[in-house]
Amino acid sequence: MLPSVSRCTRHITVSLSVTRSLAHFRPHMDPDPNRPMERTIRTKLTDKFKPDHLEVHNESYMHAVPPGSETHFRVLVVSSQFAGLPLIQRHRLVNEVLKEELSSCVHALAIQAKAPEQWAMDPTLGKSPPCMGGSKGDPTVEEKLKAGRD
Amino acid sequence: MNSLIRSTVRCLRSGPTVCLLRPADGLVRAASARFLCAATDLQKDLGEMVKKDKVVVFIKGTPGQPMCGFSNAVVQILRMHGVDHYASYNVLEDQELREGVKVFSNWPTIPQVYFNGEFVGGCDILLQMHQNGDLVEELKKLGIHSALLDAEKESK
Repeated sequence: MLPSVSRCTRHITVSLSVTRSLAHFRPHMDPDPNRPMERTIRTKLTDKFKPDHLEVHNESYMHAVPPGSETHFRVLVVSSQFAGLPLIQRHRLVNEVLKEELSSCVHALAIQAKAPEQWAMDPTLGKSPPCMGGSKGDPTVEEKLKAGRD
Repeated sequence: MNSLIRSTVRCLRSGPTVCLLRPADGLVRAASARFLCAATDLQKDLGEMVKKDKVVVFIKGTPGQPMCGFSNAVVQILRMHGVDHYASYNVLEDQELREGVKVFSNWPTIPQVYFNGEFVGGCDILLQMHQNGDLVEELKKLGIHSALLDAEKESK
């Protein structure tokens, strides 16, 4: 079986408890050229963390932003660089790598940063809570959307 | 019980919603109208704000009416642990506060959680702490007995 297909199968299996649209699943080897922010995030996280496993999910469709937006993301990074680090330090490392994106287009970033042993014990993607509409009419989000368009 | 709206002394910024959850009541009244403060004053005041209460959160909306799923998750987790007294600041009411707290915490997103003046993290971290049991321990260090311990005891 092709590695990309087996990765797809694995994710379908583990996502039974996670409701997310499979249409939005993108194996990390296949970045979508129409989604520049997603591509940038993948590239930067890959370059920095040399991850054993990486998932970058554009969850903008779950929020009160126009279709095609790249404002809300969930990332799962499995890297030996996280071993021994407290959660906050791991998240700060991820925030630092994506500093530019977070100060421009990306409004929300859900992070799972696991060491390889942790991922092996619990290979599940977290699930973002349902949107409560806060992005609608939010001037900060409007600025981010504009930054994405420019 | 003291007044549920606390205002800072040095800054004219509005106080937090001090959250007191009782089964019948739900949440108390929201923060009053916002005022302007110089950026440096804000950073100084944030230093005080995060220490005033054992648990301080910066969220979108209020505990009674969160305006963001991630902020709501923080509220729900605290509620599950029976944390019924904490300060909550609605960043949607105050753009300066919203940007200022990001600078103060060196953290780019909302919600943000503080325990005893120390930055804990956002929704993801609080959720993971809740899931792995660390939150019960951290609340214990604050002198807060998690309701989940009682629930666990009753189920045995």
